[in-house]
Amino acid sequence: MAEKKLRQIAIYGKGGIGKSTTTQNTVAGLASLGKRILIIGCDPKADSTRLILHAKAQDTVMDKVRELGTVEDLELDDVCKRGYGEVMCVESGGPEPGVGCAGRGVITAINFLEEEGAYTPDLDYVFYDVLGDVVCGGFAMPIRENKAQEIYIVVSGEMMAMYAANNICKGIVKYAASGSVRLAGLICNSRETDREADLIEALAARLGTQMIHFVPRDNQVQRAELRRMTVIEYSPDHKQAAEYRTLAQKIVDNEMFVVPTPLEMEDLEDLLMEFGIMEAEDETIVGVAENA
Amino acid sequence: MAERKPIKGITIESTEKLIADTLAEMPEKAQKKRAPHLGANEPGASACAVKSNKKVVPGVMSQRGCAYAGAKGVVWGPIRDMIHVSHGPVGCGVYSWGTRRNLMQGIPGVTSFPMDFTSDFQERDIVYGGDLKLEKLLREADELFPLNKGMSVLSECPVGLIGDDINAVAKKMEKELDKLVVPCNCEGFRGVSQSLGHHISNDSIRDHIIGKFKFKEEAGPYDIALIGDYNIGGDVWAAKPILEEIGLNVKSVWTGDGEVEKIGATHSVKLNLIHCYRSMNYMCKVMEEKWNIPWLEYNFFGPTKIEESLRAIGELFDDKIRKNVEKVIKKYKPVMKEVTDEYKPRLEGKTAMLFVGGLRPRHTIGAYEDLGIQITGAGYEFAHQDDYDRTAPEMAKGTLIYDDVSEFELEKFVEELKPDLVGSGIKEKYVFQKAGIPFRQMHSWDYSGPYHGYEGFKIFARDIDMAINSPTWDLVKSPF
Repeated sequence: MAEKKLRQIAIYGKGGIGKSTTTQNTVAGLASLGKRILIIGCDPKADSTRLILHAKAQDTVMDKVRELGTVEDLELDDVCKRGYGEVMCVESGGPEPGVGCAGRGVITAINFLEEEGAYTPDLDYVFYDVLGDVVCGGFAMPIRENKAQEIYIVVSGEMMAMYAANNICKGIVKYAASGSVRLAGLICNSRETDREADLIEALAARLGTQMIHFVPRDNQVQRAELRRMTVIEYSPDHKQAAEYRTLAQKIVDNEMFVVPTPLEMEDLEDLLMEFGIMEAEDETIVGVAENA
Repeated sequence: MAERKPIKGITIESTEKLIADTLAEMPEKAQKKRAPHLGANEPGASACAVKSNKKVVPGVMSQRGCAYAGAKGVVWGPIRDMIHVSHGPVGCGVYSWGTRRNLMQGIPGVTSFPMDFTSDFQERDIVYGGDLKLEKLLREADELFPLNKGMSVLSECPVGLIGDDINAVAKKMEKELDKLVVPCNCEGFRGVSQSLGHHISNDSIRDHIIGKFKFKEEAGPYDIALIGDYNIGGDVWAAKPILEEIGLNVKSVWTGDGEVEKIGATHSVKLNLIHCYRSMNYMCKVMEEKWNIPWLEYNFFGPTKIEESLRAIGELFDDKIRKNVEKVIKKYKPVMKEVTDEYKPRLEGKTAMLFVGGLRPRHTIGAYEDLGIQITGAGYEFAHQDDYDRTAPEMAKGTLIYDDVSEFELEKFVEELKPDLVGSGIKEKYVFQKAGIPFRQMHSWDYSGPYHGYEGFKIFARDIDMAINSPTWDLVKSPF
């Protein structure tokens, strides 16, 4: 048998867009296709693995480091847990908002996982589920040299989600120049805004990529989440489970990896206006209060 | 002040040519940036010859330190009865530990704390923040060394990057321990040199220390403070007795062999005498604005400058002090003459080049001249415009002025001007000694000192003679 090639995938997107939910459901989909996967949560909130582990909160790398004093004393088994479909789960963890450096936590955690051999040869995929925007070097760690080569951005038809997607593309361009990281597509996690699929298709085209899948909104996802499960595990026959399996299969088959062409702010606003998300700019109303 | 006699072989033209030749060996971009920092001295010019206090040109070897170095090494370190905490990874604390020869009295661990206190950051402290660790450290330090009079918290770089709130911790712990806890946000990456660290520390003293204490004794008309003397090699101990001999009452010293409660009570003195203008003029100005305390720069290097300074100080007091000044000057005249009689014949006509921090090049010129030595070049690591303005009148016309000089430039200048002595730092010392040029390390007085006052001049003269006239130099054969 030919040696398996490990595919490392990072999921980015605006905060609250549904990255962790989408990642875990997609990973469950891949697992149901027989793939071996490691999820690395790169977010101090540490909620990237709860649906796979059925756990409230996993012991994170940084929690254990804090407890033991140094990262050198930490064992892989302390922080690497097995969940649904044999999916391995790790959370980097980090401080509460407002103190310390969460970015450094991601760097420390990923270095630890590499050094301790968490990337075992039997793995098909590593998924990095990364906090919100690429706010500093630490959160770009997963897309540096020799880490994730494919990036999927979770987006919706909402204006700020698209702004964020465009910004993330700028970050990818920077790292693409020095490494092998490429944009692999936009995942539209529907918010049921007007002409959403068309808009994201158009945005993807402008960015030089594809909308790899349109995930419709379905409350079944929330019902599964209440039980700390993915839809795939909770109700494998539900149509929403089929959507995630489709997305998983599309990722398996995906061969479109590009250096994105991020839009200038003006072009992005033009696009939004074209789809009626934004009104044409009227300079006379800027900074004027309602009752003025 | 009379203008210096021109130095043989040195003219504005010759110096400008030397500068041009030196710059010519650098890349164009570096030349352009360095050119304004080098100049030929024009004592009468209204503005100084060189640009200063700018970022180091990338790629050149600079001698500068960082803001943390300016705070820890210069301002805070010498305060002997405080615990100074280097907050961050261990290196900054260790490498700034006991390196500056700011001598202090006291029993270590009881009444003085010349130790290394650091929060020794680990990965987890970066990620989760070091606030709690700092609290714990302050609590433990206070428990172990209960006689400390307060603590300073000096931020290292990572603390500023991760946004540790040392100000909040200091406030909390000050209350809990009922002790002075002073935060100083002196992260090394701030500013272009150690100079900003001095300024930030002055601001911390302004915000957290000054005005908080009272002297035990009643205030008197002759109360003064010494500002910006860090007691290098015991300088304070040589300067203070002279001021006391003329009848002044030195109530506090900033910060050499310093005591924090006295520093905090300085707002009640009648006059601030400032030695190192560069590192502490800020607080003199604060005390002048807020408490109407006048300040005066003084210079106790060599008898000429000592006499000049004593008379200027006397002018600010009454006849009693003025009479004492003359008495003291008269008393030490023969002592000083003995010194110059011994050393001047061997040193007359020699030349020296100086490159030190922000004060000494201009302040020590008088002492060299008292020994018959002329200064052909001078410059500072981190001085500002006002320091160069004060330097120009002390130097002969056409002499070389260099700001933040690089190793390459300084070597070239020395090669060309062939001074009999170079006075600079430890990084230059062996370069020039290996080239067969006598050298004195003028940051720490080369493990000697004091150089201040009448006592200090004797030692200074001996050291300079020993350096320049050592027979060693005749025995060294250069292999090149």
